[in-house]
Amino acid sequence: MADVRLEQVTRRFGSVVAVNNVDLHIKDKEFMVFLGPSGCGKTTTLRSIAGLEKIDQGRIFLGERDVTELPPGQRGIGMVFQSYALFPHMTIADNIGFGLKIKKVPASVMAERVNRVAQLLYLDNLLHRYPGQLSGGQRQRVAVARALVIEPAVLLMDEPLSNLDALLRLQMRAELKKLHHAINATTIYVTHDQVEALSLGDRIAVMKDGQIVQCDVPMEIYDKPANVFVGSFIGNPPMNFIRGEIMRENGQLLIKGRGFSITPSTRFTPILQGRSEIILGIRPENFRVQFHEPTDTTNAVRASVEVVELLGNIRLLTIDLSGSILKVSVEPHTAVNPGENVWLTWNEDKLCFYDSETEWAITPSRVSA
Amino acid sequence: MRLRKVAFYAVAILFAVWTILPIVLIALAALTPRQELYSWPRQFVPSTISLESFQFFVNSHGVLASTGRSVIVAVATVLIALLVGAPAGYALARFRFRGKEAFRIGILLTRMFPTSLLAIPLAVLYLKTNIYDTILGLAFMHAALAMPFVVLITSSLFLKVPYDLEEAAMTLGCSRIGAFARVSLPIALPSLVAAGIYTFVLSWNEVFASAVLTVHNRTLPAHIISTLNVSPLNFKFAGGFFMIIPALIFIFIVRRYLLSMWGVAINK
Repeated sequence: MADVRLEQVTRRFGSVVAVNNVDLHIKDKEFMVFLGPSGCGKTTTLRSIAGLEKIDQGRIFLGERDVTELPPGQRGIGMVFQSYALFPHMTIADNIGFGLKIKKVPASVMAERVNRVAQLLYLDNLLHRYPGQLSGGQRQRVAVARALVIEPAVLLMDEPLSNLDALLRLQMRAELKKLHHAINATTIYVTHDQVEALSLGDRIAVMKDGQIVQCDVPMEIYDKPANVFVGSFIGNPPMNFIRGEIMRENGQLLIKGRGFSITPSTRFTPILQGRSEIILGIRPENFRVQFHEPTDTTNAVRASVEVVELLGNIRLLTIDLSGSILKVSVEPHTAVNPGENVWLTWNEDKLCFYDSETEWAITPSRVSA
Repeated sequence: MRLRKVAFYAVAILFAVWTILPIVLIALAALTPRQELYSWPRQFVPSTISLESFQFFVNSHGVLASTGRSVIVAVATVLIALLVGAPAGYALARFRFRGKEAFRIGILLTRMFPTSLLAIPLAVLYLKTNIYDTILGLAFMHAALAMPFVVLITSSLFLKVPYDLEEAAMTLGCSRIGAFARVSLPIALPSLVAAGIYTFVLSWNEVFASAVLTVHNRTLPAHIISTLNVSPLNFKFAGGFFMIIPALIFIFIVRRYLLSMWGVAINK
């Protein structure tokens, strides 16, 4: 019932522009993740939607309502804070019921709704306790319960899992995802953890310097980062970027860089034509590592392995390509030693091209446009 | 390391004795029968505990009336100081505004002027505004004296209540004031009460401004000091002990809060 629309939203702190002219449409019942490094404006954007920040320019709509001037309590939002912000002087039941009490919901209705939410979040036998007596994970669930009980049209979460230890975070992540399907509220979730973003989001808005760099479904963001920043921010280890010059030899386009020269297939011609330099982007898992010289060496690059790290599910190689360092992941059982020379080939479908100056992705449509 | 510890305890014990000894001596003297008080050589510990001096003091002319006034002035001082000082402390804790640091220092600077320096201008001002020799006027003065403490202490109290909590309350439907009243105030209340009691004791003990700004409506300390040189010895001791008791009791009750309040105020 409530989509969220941001129109040219700007928030300044003195001379710093925390949120810079952001336009965004979040669909009803969508799970939207704001992802970015600290200071990118994701939390400020969330707080602006909550009404905790007064925006300097622009409008914010929740459903049909323009909520730009409304105080937080009248917007129909529920918010989960990074610190949980539980009221230490109230029991868990009073904490969860706080919003209902303010809205003067009758006591019997309130008790029933508090119990229902408490059950949903496995808090039913903790209701008489105080926040100080709960573990981190339990407090986190109370914070979610308190935001949910007022049945908000939009649920806002500001790094809700960042104060939990790794195992609990994994568990809560799955629970949040399950919860989102159960409650039917549009959810906006702020995180700096790309794994959280990929696992939770229907869509991810990657932010930097107060602007949304790319907003798309997780798979697109991962496979086709809009620029070098997104590619290096998402993915662990990040995407590899290799600079190369574009040459024409015997009527064929070549990409030449330090220690390599490749001949891309002709379908990339629209992208490469008319440029002298380019940045290639390729994810560590999209390389193929061969230990013998392949029969066709036109698109094979020779390099030496520097470091081999076993990460359990993969083996991560640090490869020196005439001075540029590449991260390449291979099967964990691959027998490979530091100092070995290998041949690298790659899946051309997964290759990304970036403008050497703007560092933004070049797509054929962009070229033709 | 051990030497430092020994030195630390030595200084602490010295300081404690320095503070406690006069109180003990006054208490002993106040509880000594009158006859024994004037005898020579006097025993350190009285032979019997006697409330004779006490009764004499309490029944003296003006003592009960000035005690009543002392209580009223102290209560009024607490109310004024908290009503004005606590919001200022809240503002210092929560908002960023131009001249905030100057404001903070400025509040402290008011304590730099000795009251004796201000006595005559104040008396003139009080006479002009017709609040000279009134209970309310004296409460204003005491509130002004207590203000720096109240503002700085409450600001450190509110700093300890995370602003997140108020924001959370606002997202759940509270107005800004509602969030303060329902969340920050209850959390800070015990410490606010402690600050109030501290202010009460400050007013209860204050003697100089009370003596200067009142003539007929004197508080207990002002009354005692003005009658001191015409009073018998047992009156002085009983009066001194009578003054100390409430202060001791109150400070004892709030000692835990005082420690944490000052701890924070010093750390900030």
